[in-house]
Amino acid sequence: MVPRGVAARWRRAATAPGKGQGSLGGREEAAAGRESHAACLSPAGQPLGILDGIPIAVKDNFNTAGIETTCASNMLKGYISPYNATVVQKLLDQGAVLLGKTNLDEFAMGSGSTDGVFGPVRNPWSYSKQYKEKSVPKSHSEDKESNWVITGGSSGGSAAAVSSFTCFAALGSDTGGSTRNPAAHCGVVGLKPTYGLISRHGLIPLVNSMDVPGILTRCVDDAAVLLGSLAGHDPKDSTTIQDDFKPFELPNLTDVSKLSIGIPKEYHAPGLSSEILALWSKAADLFRKAGAKVVEVSLPHTRYSIVCYHVLCTAEVASNMARFDGLEYGHRSDMKDSTESMYAATRREGFNDVVRGRILSGNYFLLKQNYEKYFVKAQKVRRLIANDFVKVFRSGVDILLTPTTLSDAAPYTEFIQEDNRTRSAQDDILTQAANMAGLPAINVPTALSERGLPVGLQFIGRSFQEKQLLTVAKWFEKQVQFPMIQLEEVKKHDSDVFHHQKSASLS
Amino acid sequence: RDKPSAVCGVSAEARGCRGYRAGGGKVSVEVLDHLEHLALVDFRDAEGVERLQKAIQFADQLHEVNTNGVEPMDSVLEDRCLYLREDDVTEGNCTKELLENAREKVEEYFVAPPGNIPLPKLEERETFLQGSQ
Repeated sequence: MVPRGVAARWRRAATAPGKGQGSLGGREEAAAGRESHAACLSPAGQPLGILDGIPIAVKDNFNTAGIETTCASNMLKGYISPYNATVVQKLLDQGAVLLGKTNLDEFAMGSGSTDGVFGPVRNPWSYSKQYKEKSVPKSHSEDKESNWVITGGSSGGSAAAVSSFTCFAALGSDTGGSTRNPAAHCGVVGLKPTYGLISRHGLIPLVNSMDVPGILTRCVDDAAVLLGSLAGHDPKDSTTIQDDFKPFELPNLTDVSKLSIGIPKEYHAPGLSSEILALWSKAADLFRKAGAKVVEVSLPHTRYSIVCYHVLCTAEVASNMARFDGLEYGHRSDMKDSTESMYAATRREGFNDVVRGRILSGNYFLLKQNYEKYFVKAQKVRRLIANDFVKVFRSGVDILLTPTTLSDAAPYTEFIQEDNRTRSAQDDILTQAANMAGLPAINVPTALSERGLPVGLQFIGRSFQEKQLLTVAKWFEKQVQFPMIQLEEVKKHDSDVFHHQKSASLS
Repeated sequence: RDKPSAVCGVSAEARGCRGYRAGGGKVSVEVLDHLEHLALVDFRDAEGVERLQKAIQFADQLHEVNTNGVEPMDSVLEDRCLYLREDDVTEGNCTKELLENAREKVEEYFVAPPGNIPLPKLEERETFLQGSQ
């Protein structure tokens, strides 16, 4: 983290004309909100807290008082929440400067950040020297513009904002991998804390029993700082645990010989790219050579996690989306014939195909005749998945090491060939089980792929053992020395902006 | 995908999917109709119906798993005592802010169109909702 004062420069950079914020995932209109806070000093002249003057961005599914919250949906365009989500309030209380709200898949349903009403989020690495050197345009006429790759999702805007030096840290949310997946594709740290550690109050819910606020930063130490500011019981969220949470600084681990690292064989999933597989093995070797015990373990129900998620998610979505009826807030259709027709028309106009599809499937799984067969069945499978982890950790394993994604980021044009459900099923396969079991998990950027794009690995820890998880992640981060993004060939009118950002990042 | 002119309700085209099989089962027109009523969203077109069929087919993989004697899991915090605050009023006097997000209101009321009128029957629903978009 850098001292305050940088904030003003940052804000100038992020709102510079022609910056094309939307293309990198930011939504600048929110930035002005904390203008008065830019100075960030309390009346007594003291810093407000540990995040004083630190620029942050927040995924647009967290409520922000006085600033539009849209979930990237027509349904909530223009919606202004009367209150701040607890996590947003905590950041502001610590002096953080809210730079903007970030783009996502509509209502966080997706794994590409391509399915929101504001359009897709572009991965900053698309414009990096590293990618440009390696990617060869398919034909001469094809301009480089069409080569850009997705960020992953659904917290793609947040990951892009951190990755492009638009802000120091960002909030995402993680229900099936929505923080870790874009973190992997954008080369940043993405932490999904234990379910119950951080308040969900003010996070517009997707799947209440699995949603957690996620933390995106450029290094593991920063994630620990953010976690320290955010974690802890919230009287407004009965699912936050009441145990005291003490913020911690991460030690520099020198001896890993007492660690037991589990390599779950089921994560060698169909479709896993050979280079990620190789990287994963190399990472395991790294631990082994440093003296850690590295053991193969089995989580036999992993492959059902995504099916189980599909049923539980759509069922909870069907229930959660019932609130959007056009009466109290959000979009309202002009249909006036009857209340029901107004509801139906509003929802037809307000939701995209993906959201409507999930609402309908969820209602199907919840039908009286299907409830046992699908919903309760999925809840039973969930227990089996959670028990797999319990057994592995009970056997003495401290941390699990897995890939985060099957491959590096796909070009947008390639990604949109498949429909949303198919893509989510493929993309969440390595991240979803941690949500089923409520476990903390973190993506650590590890290396660049042959195409010059970031690849990350995931560590999964025991419930509420964030300190151990982050300590190991920090050790690993230090070993791999992930390269910094080189944004040198940005368009001329952007260069000033990036010059500021780059120099600040290196200071 | 969604053309603004798309017809609302289970369209004629979608109803043609009557015989579509997924995972050995099929969703009847009656169930599709029931779902549209419950969900208050429509399938819009044949693609929407197909999406449901595929979703069911995907979910059917769950039945490969033996769950005999397994208790369903609602929450990972099931073994903990969760916090319930006292049932006291802690906030209020925010009528103005809350009403600000509503499009139609009179004094301190949200205004809805006439109630107790169910959506029209399947056959008429298309034309009925056509005015929307």
